[in-house]
Amino acid sequence: MEPPVVTMRAKYKASGPKDPGVAGVLTMRDDSFIFRPNDPSSSVKLDVSFRCIKGHKFSKEGSKQALLNLTQDKGGGYMFEFANFKDRDVCRDLVGRVLGRLQCLPPSDQSAQVVPAQPTTQHDNQLSMAEMEQRMNLLREDSELQKLHRQLVIGGVLTETEFWATRKNLLDDAAHKASKQRAGFKSAMLADVRPLTDGRTNKVTFSLTPEIIHQIFAEKPAVHQAFLKFVPSKMSERDFWTKYCRAEYLHRTKNSVAAAAEAAEDEELAVFLKHDDILASEARRKIRRVDPTVDMAADLGDDYSHLPGHGILRDGSKESVDSESELPKRTLLQDLNRHAAVVLEGRTLDVELGDTRTVAEALARSKQAEVATETSDETENQKRLERVSQMTEIEDLQAPRSLPYAPLCIKDPREYFDSQRANAFKATGDTGSGVNKDCCHLSTKQAYESLRAQILEVKSVGFKDPIVIPDLALKVLNDVNQQLSSTDPQLGKNPQATVLDMLPHRTKEELLQHWTSIQELLRHFWSSYPLTTTFLHAKVNRVKDAMAQIYRKLPEVKESVQSEFRHQVSLLVKPMLQVLDEAFKHYDAEMQKRSTKTMSKVGMTGLGVFYTRTGGYYTVKYEVLP
Amino acid sequence: MASATSNPYTDDVSLLIVLMDTNPYFWGAMNGAAAFSQFLNQVLPFLNSILLLNQLNQLVVIATGVNSCDYLYDSSRVGHESEKRSTKGIPGHSLEILQKLEDFIAKDQQLSNSDEAPGKICSLLSGSLSLALCYIQRILRTGPVHPQPRILCLQASPDGSEQYVAIMNAIFSAQRSMVPIDSCVVGSEDSAFLQQASYITGGVYQKPQHLDGLFQCLSMVFATDLHSRRFLKLPTPTGVDFRASCFCHKEPIGMGYVCSVCLSIFCKYHTKCSTCGPTKQVPPRGYSFSFTYGMAKWSRLCLRPFKFFLRCLVCGFPRRGMDLRIFVPPHTISLRVTSNLCSAKI
Repeated sequence: MEPPVVTMRAKYKASGPKDPGVAGVLTMRDDSFIFRPNDPSSSVKLDVSFRCIKGHKFSKEGSKQALLNLTQDKGGGYMFEFANFKDRDVCRDLVGRVLGRLQCLPPSDQSAQVVPAQPTTQHDNQLSMAEMEQRMNLLREDSELQKLHRQLVIGGVLTETEFWATRKNLLDDAAHKASKQRAGFKSAMLADVRPLTDGRTNKVTFSLTPEIIHQIFAEKPAVHQAFLKFVPSKMSERDFWTKYCRAEYLHRTKNSVAAAAEAAEDEELAVFLKHDDILASEARRKIRRVDPTVDMAADLGDDYSHLPGHGILRDGSKESVDSESELPKRTLLQDLNRHAAVVLEGRTLDVELGDTRTVAEALARSKQAEVATETSDETENQKRLERVSQMTEIEDLQAPRSLPYAPLCIKDPREYFDSQRANAFKATGDTGSGVNKDCCHLSTKQAYESLRAQILEVKSVGFKDPIVIPDLALKVLNDVNQQLSSTDPQLGKNPQATVLDMLPHRTKEELLQHWTSIQELLRHFWSSYPLTTTFLHAKVNRVKDAMAQIYRKLPEVKESVQSEFRHQVSLLVKPMLQVLDEAFKHYDAEMQKRSTKTMSKVGMTGLGVFYTRTGGYYTVKYEVLP
Repeated sequence: MASATSNPYTDDVSLLIVLMDTNPYFWGAMNGAAAFSQFLNQVLPFLNSILLLNQLNQLVVIATGVNSCDYLYDSSRVGHESEKRSTKGIPGHSLEILQKLEDFIAKDQQLSNSDEAPGKICSLLSGSLSLALCYIQRILRTGPVHPQPRILCLQASPDGSEQYVAIMNAIFSAQRSMVPIDSCVVGSEDSAFLQQASYITGGVYQKPQHLDGLFQCLSMVFATDLHSRRFLKLPTPTGVDFRASCFCHKEPIGMGYVCSVCLSIFCKYHTKCSTCGPTKQVPPRGYSFSFTYGMAKWSRLCLRPFKFFLRCLVCGFPRRGMDLRIFVPPHTISLRVTSNLCSAKI
């Protein structure tokens, strides 16, 4: 437990390491440090809060001076020299702790800037950042929603919560979408780490990010197993990766002799240089379970590590006859194939890529789970045989399998299909026209007789000649032509095209915009009734003003359109106006009711008034006092 | 696959099925005693001209009677008596049609109850439509090579509202088989059923003014085959009467109650639907329904609340009737049910 306050002798160097420094006492507390020089006459007195200190630098052990430099935001700093490194280290640790603690806390003055540039309500602080993100995303994606939002919320008509209250399902969808998608592995072969070689200092630097480490584990199960085995029991993570990188480097260079030598020395290194046995056994297992009918999941070629004579070696040379060395050569193709297979499998882990150990363990766990759920070889064989027998059926030779139709089930077919005679009589009587009246006098027999007579007439006399009198034919022709030319050329041509498509683009946009805002406003308007609180009163007033605005704009839209479309536009605008009229009527009626209530209340002064509360509404009972 | 040369049926070969209205009450009551003979004088030459337009055209004539319907003539049947010589300028086909017509009327008369007051004067349009559609189905199933079928209704008598359900079923199956139904109404008033039929199936509806000029009208408008209709401009109706009839009384209604499972329309509230029985299932979403209310664009049709639930088309959430808006998109005959919240998306 470090003491909360540290007091040390130190020298304050104002201008750098060369400065001889002012000797004094440095006292460090949790939130500030104080330096008082030994010489009371010196003007150097420091009392600095740690909030101004952004970082600290210190000289290495073994250098001439034990320095501690507390750097500030703007570039300046306070440099102190200590008598020995031990003292300096104590101070340094305290500073480090304090700074770490300070930087974790959110600075209080930053919160003011995080507030969104939208009207806030009392629920703002309950919003999580994630939800804010979602809302912004939604607004960004859907431009109509954005327009509506801008018009209503930023225009001050509705509040944020009200706007989003009805759109919860949209937010939920967005949340779902965001959480579901996982990025896969990169296509580039990260597991093939290329080092930075520094010619001057002869250093080879490998940089391993968590992403690369994840990919290495996925692609080389032998390395993964070695990691689990050796770290942290036998060696630290850093050592492990150092060994791995050395093995990679040896592979890359043409140093097969050196590789053999190193492998002989260091058994752990040998692990990295040997074949990946795990891979080989996996491949063999997959081959055993392959369905010979179609499945191309694995074939003999997967066990490529044992196939001789394929591919170019990693170091570019062709394969030599020398196969005495135990260390087999890895080929480029093998690595590429393995990488491709892993990328296509996708990420099986959801774990955050931070700690290598957790990643390795999670990967091992998932592999174990896979193995556990895999059925044994016998059952696999059984299943395979069944599949084979199914696949050997030839579909063409089988009878057509028709889907079962749900049978039509009408509870009372007679009533459904047939008429009810009495009603039919009544119906035809009601809708009857002159024809009905005319034929009443004809009996059945007479009607049929006359029909038959006419047929006989045609048979005997033959067709008229000419069939149609030419003048009449001409008249009919002209009539039909006129009818054709008088009908709207657009009507009936394309049933899918609506009136909106024919209007000019701007008008269409305007109308649709007005319609969506009217819908939104009406939704809020009607849901606010009955008015119980002043908040609702105010809201209704705001909404009504907005609706009145749109009401005024609508006839302008009508006027702005050309005369040929004016009729269509007025037809479109009419229901909008009607709906707004309804809302205004209701509003006025409510206002009137309220005013009569207040008026009658006022008029009743001098009489006793009882207020009773029924079901959430106040009713006023009047009692006349004697 | 039949190559172009081996398929004898080019685009303009048509199979025309003519439904002739032979309602004696109507024809007898028309002004002018010889109305039916005049009618026949116009229609029979028209049928001949159809057969002349293309060698491969096929013609089927079905009579729509008061009590029954029957096939009168089928031009594709081999070995009929059309080879016999024409008499008095009437070609053999027409003679055959006339003969069959006479027999049909005799049969029809026998079927009717004698000495009954002529209460109904409506022809069995639903029956003849069904006969026509069955014939077309048979043709369609013979293989990919067949002429393009269409139906022409020569209707004289007014609509029988009791046949509403059957006619609508026939119209929908015609729509599904893509068979246009043309209507030529020679009666005194418009026929709502045939207007709907032509509108839904993509046919032509015409009500000629003069019976004398019927041949001119028929050959101008109704003789065109389906392929040529793409280039020709044919008369379109200015307004269609889309009113449905309720299922209990078969009366045309404008507003009513709808069963959410089978979409039967009723004029009064029923706790149990007479067509599908009492069921509490919520039907799957996404159905279309043949019921529109006028040609108004996106008008709101308010069906009063009913006990069943309907599902919103958009979000799939079952809601009570009060929350639903029923949209009537223009130029289509479908009823889309959405909840108020989702209606903005349509």
